[in-house]
Amino acid sequence: MTPTPVNPEVLEAMSDLFVSLPHSRTLGFRYLGTDGRRPVLCVDWREDLVGNPVTGVVHGGVITSLVDTTSAISVTAQLAEFETIATLDLRIDYLKSATPGKTIHCRAECYRLASQIAFTRAVCYHDDPADPIAHGVATFMRASNPKPMLPEAEQ
Amino acid sequence: MSAYMERFLALRDEKRFDDIIEAIPYASMMGMTFGENEAGELLFSLPFHERNVGNTTLPALHGGLIGGYLEIAAQVHLMWNRESLETPKIVDFSLDYLRSGRPQTLYARCEITKQGKRVAHVLIEAWQDDPSRPVAVARAHFLLTTAS
Repeated sequence: MTPTPVNPEVLEAMSDLFVSLPHSRTLGFRYLGTDGRRPVLCVDWREDLVGNPVTGVVHGGVITSLVDTTSAISVTAQLAEFETIATLDLRIDYLKSATPGKTIHCRAECYRLASQIAFTRAVCYHDDPADPIAHGVATFMRASNPKPMLPEAEQ
Repeated sequence: MSAYMERFLALRDEKRFDDIIEAIPYASMMGMTFGENEAGELLFSLPFHERNVGNTTLPALHGGLIGGYLEIAAQVHLMWNRESLETPKIVDFSLDYLRSGRPQTLYARCEITKQGKRVAHVLIEAWQDDPSRPVAVARAHFLLTTAS
């Protein structure tokens, strides 16, 4: 059985928020939906995201941002209530170069939500998650700041 | 040999820092710069830009952006300090976020911890007001030779 988001309202609001953050918009991140509790985001190839102009390959840093953002959203799929989370650490393995011109997808899952820490893993790919470009693991601090990330959630 | 690396080394020899950043589209979009300090070591700076924000209520710099910035810094630092005509290729990157990045300039410096025949290890530190209070520390492995 595929699990559903713990609180769809939290996931929806937080995924909206995360892809609308200035830096996510700058990079052009799009939220494609959540498969069970695994959100999928994508970023289209763009000339200004390239790291090596000779090859046209998107810079690894774009993948870092995509993994960070998708992983954060995967944590919110496990949350019962709104809370602010912050990345504690992040590791990316670059398995192979991204193909110039192709959209990069990222699918993440929060595989353990502990009382203070959330643990995530993510995979980046073009067409098939089984043929990955990069793999990322991250941890997030829960309730990292009393100030809510969603302005409207403020009391 | 890599045409990119050849151009990089030519720009380096003339210390054309801005032209190097301009040659890396993603670095130039981010708005980062770099130069040499009194000791001749590379110092990277990322002036604050609204487009780099990842938390609008604090506000704070986007964690992924900090990662991207440090990755570019590590790569440029490595290319600057080597004579090879191969472009180093990042293998893995690990980043610890220690403090949130406030809306001000983020500095970074790198250290090549190990340079082997095939792999280099680079440490990266980022801070704002005080180098002893880092915003993030990271490490990366780069592949120095590419199998054809």
